[in-house]
Amino acid sequence: MIEQPIMVKICDIREESPDVKTFFFSKGNLRFEPGQFVMVWLPLLDEKPFAVSYLQNDVAGISVLRRGIFTQSLHDMKISGTFGIRGPYGRGFDLQPGACAVGGGIGMASLATLADRLPDITILQGARTASGIIYQNRFRGMKVCTDDGSLGLRGTVIDLLPEQLKSRTFQKVYACGPEKMLYRVVELCNRYGVGCEASLERYMKCGFGLCGQCDCSGQRVCLDGPVFTSAELSVMEDFGKMEITKAGERVIHK
Amino acid sequence: MSKINLSVNLCNIPLNNPGILASGILGTTRALLKRMVENGAGAVTIKSISKEPREGHKNPTVITFEGGMLNAVGYSNPGVEAAAKEFSQLNEIGAPVIASVIGTQKEDFVRVVEGLSAQKFSAIEIPLSCPHTPGFGLLAGQGTPQATFDITAAVRKATSLPIFIKLSPSIPELCSVAKAAEDAGADAITAVNSMGPGMLINIDAQRPILSFKVGGVTGDALRPIAIRCVYDLYQSVKIPIIGVGGISTGRHAIEIMMAGASAFGVGSAIYYRGIDVFKKISDEMAFWMQERGITNINEIVGVAHD
Repeated sequence: MIEQPIMVKICDIREESPDVKTFFFSKGNLRFEPGQFVMVWLPLLDEKPFAVSYLQNDVAGISVLRRGIFTQSLHDMKISGTFGIRGPYGRGFDLQPGACAVGGGIGMASLATLADRLPDITILQGARTASGIIYQNRFRGMKVCTDDGSLGLRGTVIDLLPEQLKSRTFQKVYACGPEKMLYRVVELCNRYGVGCEASLERYMKCGFGLCGQCDCSGQRVCLDGPVFTSAELSVMEDFGKMEITKAGERVIHK
Repeated sequence: MSKINLSVNLCNIPLNNPGILASGILGTTRALLKRMVENGAGAVTIKSISKEPREGHKNPTVITFEGGMLNAVGYSNPGVEAAAKEFSQLNEIGAPVIASVIGTQKEDFVRVVEGLSAQKFSAIEIPLSCPHTPGFGLLAGQGTPQATFDITAAVRKATSLPIFIKLSPSIPELCSVAKAAEDAGADAITAVNSMGPGMLINIDAQRPILSFKVGGVTGDALRPIAIRCVYDLYQSVKIPIIGVGGISTGRHAIEIMMAGASAFGVGSAIYYRGIDVFKKISDEMAFWMQERGITNINEIVGVAHD
């Protein structure tokens, strides 16, 4: 394999929320597993990791939250515009039926293809406000909560999860979102004796385990992760606590 | 089966094998250094540290091609103050740790060396040879005999630790630069840094892939160059040489040691052969030696010379 971007053409764009757009492209012969990611390249600008959020026949999609210059540039793109992708990278989720998926904000994008493959899955999604909730039409039975109560239950997925864990026995809980949320999801799963897999986010450079930028307690989030089991996370001291800046400084997680 | 001895003594630093994690590869945190030692590295080098924090170049910063890798990371690092915190309690790492120190002028090198002096580093490596970061290495004229002498002499005054000077393969006066380093008090030469710079263009985007456009070439493409540089240096300087450039198998390691290297660095090979590449290389070296009845690795250093 040669780690260089290939240019793909945008074949469709979907507005998932005021700040999230999904860009669809022909996936050619690339094979993606749920939880894996691609590095998306805008020539001369930058390159950043995105979860593959749709896998439909020959088409894949990435859902992009508008957050800075790079994502704004992506949001400005039109159908038949092109960007580079390389990957897929990382270790994805280990799929099991009878599971629960817990997504916080744009973290839901990492869980989406997993939810597509597991028809009996229970999905919980939380966001700050109603406009942050994505995939409402895609996952009809999804349970939703917002910090301000503008949609679904007022509160966070951490308020929603315990009653789910009490009401039935899940084979596994999958989670992606802000790391403080993930930390508490793992805590809850441990308390209820349910195995958990969480997908972490770190600033990345190479994407294939060489540069050391995305380290979390000796684990390379890009290659050893981004998905880690609760057992693995239990010995990763930086999980939920420390992250690494672009310059490489280990700092307290915001 | 006779006992194979892979241990070497590099500038009075005992290494249980001659494989060293090269600078810039996974040397960002003490947790990763520890993991590399657990996976068989004889010593490890941290990612280069400057006086102030640096974010480096934008992505893409590392890509691969048929013959190796191209990188222009741009010396991202947290700066000396944060690095001194990160690289504490180095005795727990399990093998010698080498500090890679960079600067734009000789006072900066001294400042960083002093800033790290409370940590238990085993040696200081000074790369004067980066081909892709403005203000540093080749782009700052640090790869000349005079600049190398001046910087090495300044660092020599600031530390009693062994000093390794890391050289570029892309300069014609390689041996005179190495001699300048030796004359100024360097204890070893690290040969070589990435070569080039090179460039790769995406023909569909019609643009260079690296955000900095050009980057240093490492991996297989660099190996014959590195072997030649080590071979030439072995005849030019008396101090030990650490051979770096495209080493990914035990046979490569033996080859560069036969050219004259007392130890060797490994970087890109972690991509090609996995995080346990050091174990694999050591096993392969031991197997080769076993078959030929060589018990001590030090016996092969420089044997390719007439």
